[in-house]
Amino acid sequence: MSEFLQQLVNGLTSGSVYALIALGYTMVYGILRLINFAHGDIYMLGAFIGWFAARALHAGQQPNPLKALAVLVIAMVGCGLAGVIIERLAYKPVRKSPRLSALITAIGVSLLLENGARLLFGADPKFFPQIVTLQNIPLGGGVTISNHQIIILTVSVVLMFALRVVVLHTKVGKAMQAVSFNPTAAALMGISVDRIITFTFMIGSMLAAAAGVLVAMKDPKIEPYMGLLPGLKAFVAAVLGGIGNVPGAVLGGLVMGIAEVMVVGYVSPTYRDAIAFVLLIVILLVRPSGILGRSTTEKV
Amino acid sequence: MTPRSWWFAPLALAAAVALAGCAGSKSTDEILVGEYGSLTGNEANFGQSTKEGVDLALAELQASDQGKIGGLPVRTLVEDDRGLPEEAVTVVKKLINQDGVCSVLGEVASSRSIAAASVCQDAGVPMISPSSTNPKVTQQGDYIFRMCFIDPFQGTVMAKFAALNLKLKTVAILEDVRNDYSVGLTQYFSEAFTSLGGAIASGKPQAYNAGDTDFRSQLTAIKAMKPEAIYVPGYYTDVGLIARQARELGITAPLLGGDGWESEKLLEIGGDALNGSYYSNHFAVDNPDPRLQDFLKSYKAKFGKEPDAIGGLAYDAARVLFLSMQKLHTQDPAAFAGLGSSKTGSPARRAATQKLRDIIAATKEFPGVSGVITLDANRNASKPAVVIEVKAGKKVYNTTVNP
Repeated sequence: MSEFLQQLVNGLTSGSVYALIALGYTMVYGILRLINFAHGDIYMLGAFIGWFAARALHAGQQPNPLKALAVLVIAMVGCGLAGVIIERLAYKPVRKSPRLSALITAIGVSLLLENGARLLFGADPKFFPQIVTLQNIPLGGGVTISNHQIIILTVSVVLMFALRVVVLHTKVGKAMQAVSFNPTAAALMGISVDRIITFTFMIGSMLAAAAGVLVAMKDPKIEPYMGLLPGLKAFVAAVLGGIGNVPGAVLGGLVMGIAEVMVVGYVSPTYRDAIAFVLLIVILLVRPSGILGRSTTEKV
Repeated sequence: MTPRSWWFAPLALAAAVALAGCAGSKSTDEILVGEYGSLTGNEANFGQSTKEGVDLALAELQASDQGKIGGLPVRTLVEDDRGLPEEAVTVVKKLINQDGVCSVLGEVASSRSIAAASVCQDAGVPMISPSSTNPKVTQQGDYIFRMCFIDPFQGTVMAKFAALNLKLKTVAILEDVRNDYSVGLTQYFSEAFTSLGGAIASGKPQAYNAGDTDFRSQLTAIKAMKPEAIYVPGYYTDVGLIARQARELGITAPLLGGDGWESEKLLEIGGDALNGSYYSNHFAVDNPDPRLQDFLKSYKAKFGKEPDAIGGLAYDAARVLFLSMQKLHTQDPAAFAGLGSSKTGSPARRAATQKLRDIIAATKEFPGVSGVITLDANRNASKPAVVIEVKAGKKVYNTTVNP
């Protein structure tokens, strides 16, 4: 039993990271109907910006909570900017083109970021400094949770809650909902659709950056291709929860994290990456709109 | 010839002239030695250490003989396989077919050495792997050599050490299932450990895939087995993360491992989590042997850091190769000329590499920095292994085990 509970703790932690990344996918899809395949690479970029920030602040030598927070914030701001630049330079010019063009552009941006990072940072893995000293907290019954895991869970919950407040209770959030519902009508109501789209990209990229720094703190190995698989899996998580649906992304991320850990723990570690796509196939067969998604009929 | 293809005649002629021109311009004859390794990628340290070891051997040749063997200057060509077996095949094909190297040095990881060995074997180009320990490497053919011991020995060393020195009864294993080296060591370790009366926790190894960063679920399963130690025959990047996560889950059992742990990065990644762990290795830097200490000094002078065993073996491999070439020059200068870059692809080259192969195969009691190297009938070096303990963030020599 204690083994199962320990696996559950592990699953929740990796699941909340998937949830953070999945939120970015789902928000962009909700507004633009675009699968932003470069999103996983923003996560990688976040980890690298965090790496530079941590080194510049010497956060590894004398870890203190303020510096750790600074690293997180710098990475989020840096990636928020990167998200805005990518949106303006890569996606805006193809917004009026067929959806396929935008999708292919997204794949291109993803390749550019991966190989650009390889060129800039080198292909060998870097080791993320310990910005928070590891401590174990026994939960009783042989189950332990580390302070890293607690931080990941707390930061994820806080960020998700903040996102909820922004979307539901602010003017920008209401504008986002309006654009998602009908961009043309929103524009007619005086909402600057361009600005809302840019804002969405910024928020999504910031969440991905947070995920990148959190994962790098927990598993301190970062490399230019680290975003590839988590990105794909978070995409599956977003589809699982119902793409375009914010609570769905969180739910999908958690389901994904727990499923993966359980498969590795009880079936075979070789199926770790397979389970994501098994889940994708099952959900597409059983409930194509996702767990929390509403099925919409498309007018032709 | 149809009237249409007349068109191509002048073109073909021009191309032929151009090619002849290229061949003619290669007036400077030299000996090209190919080297391939993971200069980038997950185990970048392996490739970099190997390159430094070879560079040092070449620098010494430069100092003693102006970098020449038998009057021909020696030049190494280095290719990066990015840590991928398929890439190793590509770069070694390039080294042999395009660059015309007469011998090849590399790799560290057995999967990559096995992949590239068949290319060297087919081309009749001698290949010396400094530090690949899986038995299959030299089984690829009689042109493939290595400077280190093999895994059946290394696995037994660690099993004996665990059973007799540490007096352990149950050991869990966490292997990298996509890696020939790791799977091989797991097999040899468990065979030896069970024959010494020990038991493998849960009867079978737990597995991970190279490149994973989260090993918590496997470690949670291992924790429930309550082993006295965990054998992790993987590479340093993964091992460092595994050690960290094991401590995070409250596992206090020491980790045991093989020479794949050998890298300066190991302790940077694993940190304090590795204290109390042991691994088998080719040599320990605190061995007082004067040959080794001289090497350590000149390595430090050249690169400004301590070498690891991988660098030492690469240095030995390069020196064995240079010495064999020198021997070929004294024994048979006519055949030696075939090693020159101007003879690429000619029958003279093939004859020369065959003679070179015979000389390397006859290597006996070569005084290497990693120990005395004598190649056996299977082209493997039979050498003692050392066990290294990680103590307070430092690698400390523990014991030597002879074959």
